[in-house]
Amino acid sequence: MSAIPLSPGMERWELPSRGRVAMLSLITGESAIFTIFVVAYIYYIGKSLTPPYPAQVLEIPFFNTVCLLSSSVTIWLAERQIERGKMRAFAAWWALTIVLGAIFIGGTAMEWHKLIYIDGLTIRTNLFGTTFYSLVGLHATHVVVGLIGLLTILLFTLTGHVRVEHSERIQVFALYWHFVDAVWVVVFTVVYIVGR
Amino acid sequence: MADQTLPIAGVDVTPRRRSTAQMLEWLHGWVVTVDHKRLGILYLVYGIFFLLVAGVEALAIRIQLAWPGMHFLSPETYNEFFTMHGTTMVFLVGMTIIFGFGNYLVPLMIGARDMAFPRLNAFSFWLTAFGGLLLYYSFIGGFGLYGMGAAPDTTWWAYAPLTEKAFSPGHAVDYWALSLIVMGFGTLGTAINVIATTLSMRCRGMTLLRMPLFVWLMLVTSGLTLVTITPLTAAQIMLTIDRYLGGHFFDTQAGGSAVIWAHFFWIFGHPEVYVLVLPAFAIANEIIPVFSRKAIFGYPAMVAASVGIAFVSLGVWAHHMFTIGMTSVGNTFFVLSTMLVGIPTGIKIFNWLATLWGGKIRFAPPMLFCLAFLFQFLLAGLTGIMLSVAPWNWQLHNSYFVIAHFHYVLVGAIVFNIFAGIYYWYPKVTGRMLSDTLGKWHFWLFLIGFHLTFDTMHFVGFLGMPRSIYTYEPDRGWNTLNFWISVGGMIQGIAVLIFACNLVHSYFKGREAGNDPWDAWTLEWAVPSPPPVYNFAADPVVHSRRPLWDLKHPDDPDWKYEA
Amino acid sequence: MRFLVRKNGAGGIRRICLIMSGVLMACAPQVWADGPQTSPSIFSPSSTPADTILGLGWFVIAILSGIFVTVGSVLTWVLIRYRERQGDEDSEPPQIYGSTQVELAWTVIPILIVVVLFLTTARIIFAIQDAPKPQAALDVTVVGHQFWWEFRYPKLGIVTANELHVPVSTALDPQPTFLHLLSADVDHSFWVPQLAGKTDLIPNHPNETWIEPKQTGVFVGQCAQFCGIEHAKMLLRVYVDTPEEFDAWVQQQKQPGVQDTSVAAGRHIFETEACTNCHTIAGTAARGTFGPDLTHLASRVTLASGAAMNTPENLRAWIQNPDDFKPGVLMPAMQLNKEQIDELVAYLETLR
Repeated sequence: MSAIPLSPGMERWELPSRGRVAMLSLITGESAIFTIFVVAYIYYIGKSLTPPYPAQVLEIPFFNTVCLLSSSVTIWLAERQIERGKMRAFAAWWALTIVLGAIFIGGTAMEWHKLIYIDGLTIRTNLFGTTFYSLVGLHATHVVVGLIGLLTILLFTLTGHVRVEHSERIQVFALYWHFVDAVWVVVFTVVYIVGR
Repeated sequence: MADQTLPIAGVDVTPRRRSTAQMLEWLHGWVVTVDHKRLGILYLVYGIFFLLVAGVEALAIRIQLAWPGMHFLSPETYNEFFTMHGTTMVFLVGMTIIFGFGNYLVPLMIGARDMAFPRLNAFSFWLTAFGGLLLYYSFIGGFGLYGMGAAPDTTWWAYAPLTEKAFSPGHAVDYWALSLIVMGFGTLGTAINVIATTLSMRCRGMTLLRMPLFVWLMLVTSGLTLVTITPLTAAQIMLTIDRYLGGHFFDTQAGGSAVIWAHFFWIFGHPEVYVLVLPAFAIANEIIPVFSRKAIFGYPAMVAASVGIAFVSLGVWAHHMFTIGMTSVGNTFFVLSTMLVGIPTGIKIFNWLATLWGGKIRFAPPMLFCLAFLFQFLLAGLTGIMLSVAPWNWQLHNSYFVIAHFHYVLVGAIVFNIFAGIYYWYPKVTGRMLSDTLGKWHFWLFLIGFHLTFDTMHFVGFLGMPRSIYTYEPDRGWNTLNFWISVGGMIQGIAVLIFACNLVHSYFKGREAGNDPWDAWTLEWAVPSPPPVYNFAADPVVHSRRPLWDLKHPDDPDWKYEA
Repeated sequence: MRFLVRKNGAGGIRRICLIMSGVLMACAPQVWADGPQTSPSIFSPSSTPADTILGLGWFVIAILSGIFVTVGSVLTWVLIRYRERQGDEDSEPPQIYGSTQVELAWTVIPILIVVVLFLTTARIIFAIQDAPKPQAALDVTVVGHQFWWEFRYPKLGIVTANELHVPVSTALDPQPTFLHLLSADVDHSFWVPQLAGKTDLIPNHPNETWIEPKQTGVFVGQCAQFCGIEHAKMLLRVYVDTPEEFDAWVQQQKQPGVQDTSVAAGRHIFETEACTNCHTIAGTAARGTFGPDLTHLASRVTLASGAAMNTPENLRAWIQNPDDFKPGVLMPAMQLNKEQIDELVAYLETLR
């Protein structure tokens, strides 16, 4: 196309990785969705006309939270392993991440079982029920989607399809998992600390 | 060979009559394409089709309102028509045409071969397309409250609690919420694609501050979209939870709030109109310099103003809610933020003016539409400032003055620029020029019709006529004004038909365009018309904002002068 | 036509605009001829808040018109002066990329204009919204329904519907009316342009507004927030009475429903058909609150919140089938035969 000579300094032309940009954009959009649900939750704190109320039925999910937040650490360790090409170690940390995430989901399920069948709190009971299940449920859905992605990658790893050259893509996916954990920090604070 | 069926400039390889197998193969090529150019064309064809559909809805509305007591449309049908007109124009026309332009032009303008994620691109288009079809299915699918089909009928902003199950028991609201949720995901995908493409795929030498302003504005628009469409998705999910799972987000009987719906909707709704208008600015930013024969005045300020507008627009939403009962302090805050967003907008107008100043202005159809845009956007911005004055807003909110204002922006600024963009880039997409004569007929008729309708509409608002009404009282002084508004609508309809004929006729009989019919300066004019599927034979290298100017003026290249 | 269409169409735009405005202004007398007395124009205010708003409005229009004329004229001039002339297509004009001083100037000046507009606006917002309520103010509670207005005067013990009566406020005897706005179902908006800006009626979110009418007369308006299928027919009439007229009206409204024995048959029908489920007539067994209070139905000028004039023929047609006047209204057709409706109408006509 052109007969324009290269000017000095143009030999290095590096642009950000498109996968990373795309994932950060997705995270921005998802943050906006969560923000709206969090705002609704905060707005309706204390406004339920009928019981049960948060202080009566909510127990702080310490164990679940520790598991989920640790899974951010384990996935970070996995990312470091695949950078160095240590596929076995990578698979191990990756699998541990999945286990921790699954414990979180299991714990949430148990919590909801108690709230529904013992405390009588459903999404239609009162404003607390509506906003609680919506916000926590939205987050849990994102955890489940993350777990499906994690499992798929684990399967590809165990069948030998994932190699050291994929470490960049693994890091992009891990961004999503870190995001899910960060959202939990916000949800946890708003629901179990501020809102109780 | 499926992607090579458009005529290459000067050599028409399509056989005159195709066999069925060839037709099917051609069609199949369009359905499975991941080429950004084809997807761009699909978006534009989809958008223009629904422009005609929503235009018909508008004409039906105007017939009903041409005189008091008309029985052209029943109240139910009228309410469906104006809701669908608004929803269609914003989502099925505005968003699709914007991303159609973006899809086609952004990779070409940055010297790339395609978007960052071609398959995501296709997936996003089809999500959007089917979401729109779901919305229109509502006219025939299922029984609404009054057995007339269940098209949405609660206005395009669908205030709760009218949209709760108790007051809207049919499926109209569900069609509205679900189709827009689906389309929203499609929009999100395209926005992510544009951002990734712009940041990660520019050709060598094209720093961010050397991108064409069109690309800058598409980048800013896409970024804004990420945080604009998503609040609507969230609010619609909440509404659906209320309607089907017994939730109480907007259930005032259970202590819920109707005001919070308004907040959430307008947190989407206001930035949305900037998502719609920024690409219109993008088009003007390309056309005005080329047809003034001058570089755009104040490029860095234009970039800063665009980014500034996007950020400030996130903080003005409650100027749609001045009458809902916020405190005086709350109202005052939103008056200030809204007035502030007028400043970068004004700066852009002045920059365009300064670009024209000292130039050699050519009045081809693209430029005619852009010049009308300048006058009209100026006026629209000023009526916007009028509306931002909260006490004045207490009178004019929900009146025909507001409808006049936003149609001045949506039609007077955005649609005019879309027409300008189509006249400008049609030669690149098809290899043929649009007819100049038909273009001028289209322009003048549309201009006359537009002003007859929307200038008059301001006055009927002043006289106290509210919006969303299927008829009005005959003794309030609104009759004659409404009649002329409707006449103007018909004139606009004729103009748009002329435009549609131009599009079709010129495809077969238009003058051949060549690479660069307008003597322009950005990279898309360096490739043949239409471009080959790979866009550029060799990756371009650029040194300034106007690479083709540098080529055409090697003694006086831009990179000697750019800041 | 040469005057309008130049070779390159430049000044033609401006000329067409000027001619269009001329045509529109010529039409103006026609416009006003459609009904100046009841045209609810924001430019003919008749009450303090509406007056204040218009004053601010003129100030804003003046500034913005100035901007429009200035920028518009420059734009027009540029289009004429810098159009490409014949024979001059070969060279490019001097390329100018920017100018810091100019750009600074046109950033600072708009900021100054915004400061002026903002401060003026803020002052008026506080003046109207936070106006103190005087002792003598009349209190009215407005409840919005689909598709009619309920008016309660709590201190006077009156309940009526669709037609609001308020006393005029004079310098000697100031009496504004403060409206407390509620909704029984969905969002509505109270808008009588000549009396005040509109304020919404939002369920679970009470609002306040006030009017201070300075002239007697009838002022019209309507619901200004889409509230469902018959939003267009949720009309408003505000009767601003002299103090004597207002007192007389209040006295009349305080009476229970007229008990005229000659229409006892009609009253019996009212009490035994489903009417009492929705309507109240003070002094009878009818205590329904879903629909308008009918105690003084015959004292009202219109029916169905303005959808029809209050005549016996219209009343009979309304009862027979409300959908004829307001398709989709929430009152069902009562399935009465001809004699029943005759008697019922005769009874309702006595309810002054």
